[in-house]
Amino acid sequence: MNFEFTEEQSMLRQALSAYLNDTCAFEKRQALVRSQPDWRPEIWRGLVDLGILGASFPEALGGTGGGAIENLIVMEESGKVLSIEPYLETVVIGGGFLQRARGSRAEELARGIVAGEVVLAFAHTEPHSRQTPVQLQTTASRSGSHYLLNGHKAVVIAAPWATHLIVTAHTPGAPGVSAFVIDRRLPGITTCDYPTVDGRVASDIYFENVRLDDTALLTEEGAALPLIEQVIDEATAAVCAEALGVMRELHQRTLEYSRQRKQFGRRLGEFQVLQHRMVDMLMHLEQSISATYVATLRLGQDPRERAAAVSAAKAIVTKACAFIGQGAIQIHGGIGLAEEFALGHYFKRATVIEGLFGSVDDHLRRYAQLSFNPRALPA
Amino acid sequence: MNLELCATDLAFRDEVRRFIEAEYPQALRNQEVEPDELTKEDYLLWHRTLARKGWIAPAWPKEHGGTGWTALQRYIFGQELARYDTVPLLPFGINMVGPVIYTFGTPEQKQRFLPPTFSGDIWWCQGYSEPGAGSDLASLKTRAERNGDEYIVNGQKTWTTLAQHADWGFFLVRTNPAAKAQEGISFLLIDLRSPGVTVRPLITIDGTHEVNEIWLENVRVPVENRVFRENEGWTCAKFLLEHERSGIARVARSQRALEHLIDFCATDEMSSPPLLQDPYFARKVAEVQIELLALEYTELRLLTAATEHQAPGPESSLLKIKGSELQQRITELAREAAGHYGIVFPHRRDTRAQPHEAGSSAARRAARVYLNTRKVSIYGGSNEIQRNIIAKRILNL
Repeated sequence: MNFEFTEEQSMLRQALSAYLNDTCAFEKRQALVRSQPDWRPEIWRGLVDLGILGASFPEALGGTGGGAIENLIVMEESGKVLSIEPYLETVVIGGGFLQRARGSRAEELARGIVAGEVVLAFAHTEPHSRQTPVQLQTTASRSGSHYLLNGHKAVVIAAPWATHLIVTAHTPGAPGVSAFVIDRRLPGITTCDYPTVDGRVASDIYFENVRLDDTALLTEEGAALPLIEQVIDEATAAVCAEALGVMRELHQRTLEYSRQRKQFGRRLGEFQVLQHRMVDMLMHLEQSISATYVATLRLGQDPRERAAAVSAAKAIVTKACAFIGQGAIQIHGGIGLAEEFALGHYFKRATVIEGLFGSVDDHLRRYAQLSFNPRALPA
Repeated sequence: MNLELCATDLAFRDEVRRFIEAEYPQALRNQEVEPDELTKEDYLLWHRTLARKGWIAPAWPKEHGGTGWTALQRYIFGQELARYDTVPLLPFGINMVGPVIYTFGTPEQKQRFLPPTFSGDIWWCQGYSEPGAGSDLASLKTRAERNGDEYIVNGQKTWTTLAQHADWGFFLVRTNPAAKAQEGISFLLIDLRSPGVTVRPLITIDGTHEVNEIWLENVRVPVENRVFRENEGWTCAKFLLEHERSGIARVARSQRALEHLIDFCATDEMSSPPLLQDPYFARKVAEVQIELLALEYTELRLLTAATEHQAPGPESSLLKIKGSELQQRITELAREAAGHYGIVFPHRRDTRAQPHEAGSSAARRAARVYLNTRKVSIYGGSNEIQRNIIAKRILNL
């Protein structure tokens, strides 16, 4: 047993951290979030040059052969500076699908990710699927040598920045779910774009008889569910890692503030009631780190173990996001709510992460089912 | 013991209901308006309607326009306003500075300020908090130096709610820097149109402009605008803080918010069956509902025990803590119920189009309301301060 990162992994972390602090420091990030366009390709290009985008891809696809631990490092560092770059959507989710998909098109697009030319968004949730879609309404009907895609996908994060979409759909010809990779600008696609509370963008996307050829299909028709579940588990672990970065900052900044702010002639940090709250915040953080490491290192296990570890982590991290975020705001007082001040933006990202890929209840339910019902399959 | 309202109070309640149903301004009905979208005119329209009826300041002494209602009737009145989702009534004039003026003011001050406060012709804001004086309000530094029959005021106030609409502010200022913290403070009424007053917006993380900074640079304030004795303004401040806390449980408004949440979860189409049938979620909603029920009767017990017209005692801290925690809890549940649409941010202050089509409006508001409601455990004396008050003054620790 060993919880050390390798020398290469530590170097990756340092290089990324230096780059992000240089390009995405809080004032620069806020200027970017407020500007039009709100995404700057040159920052993404810099991630290519540093080898960040290829860190979790195999060498055969132009990467450097890393995997889930590299994703954890990148996500955690992204969380520390509140990076809005679509690494989760492009590398973890898009890359997760494309690395395991069949065919030359997927391979070409995966290489495109590493080269910074392909940016992806994951068009999966639908208006009527509160979090995890049970029954997809979006359909891809075979029509001769191609498919016709129809449906409405909801809150597709980073879609306005994407070149391509991963779209899930029901294929009437075969039971189950299929997954496709498609160009975002195909005829028949319309979007409604909007900002999200954490300074990013998302879209509701409408597909109307969008014509897809065979090469868009990522697995056998109707057989994508296991892959979708695997990729969502990987994305969930990655977002837990990002939360570690966000929560470290929330906690650290609160400690620093409590050391300098004085009321009643004493530093806030001298008040026992606030000390205890900050201690409890630390305990939530430490538990989150452990659960996230376990989940990340079990991503390669069989689906049941993988899913249980991921749900354990997301349940713990979600609770920690609320506890640490709310505590940080409360201890700061009014200033924590000011838009000009960084802390509130960490709180907002922590709040968004709470809802991503399922609530505490969703994950406790899944964990209980996997752990106490021997015949249940991950869902 | 008896939980039922007596016939007089029931008749009173029905009278209030009939009035709201008949007289609540048409312009304010059937709109999905959030507090941060309300204009100054919206607030004033309802204020003036109640002022005309004579119901805007129920707790004031009768000679200044009070209604003479019992504490229970005032409570019923507030409950009915909440039940009909009426535009909130702002506390700054009616509940805060008004009582200070009729309790501590000169006859001239009463005559000059109470009628326009009652009618809505003066919109007040509260100049209390400063960047360095939050929970420790008595450490405030804004300086007022006596110069003949004027004070020259210099300093900065912050978190001033809706000061962008205000005509006048009531300010705590330091008139004797040599005295011990609470002893050198005076209570001044300042016309915000005076030269040297600058009100600047403070945008909060929910993207709204609700609070402000106020800068005071050599502002000349006539001595006649000081309420109560020089250097004894803390007496007014303490009195006012307890009035501020009395309405702060907001039980009826929370009950309405919870009803809206229940309606949303019972009918929304984001999951099938509806979220309210999920036992995990239903349990959490039930928990809030029973806490609110208990808090309603905690408030009523305290209310009926208190003597008429006496400032609410330290027990109001109890209401503030529990009430604010429940307000926040409801916004957490609403955000959870909003699901994936709960991260939409309709209010980013830029030119991007409004996302009319994305999710229901209730879902789109959830995050903003959650973020905004973090303030309720901070303002009006943070919940930590309220616990200190209870420990000291109720438990005698």
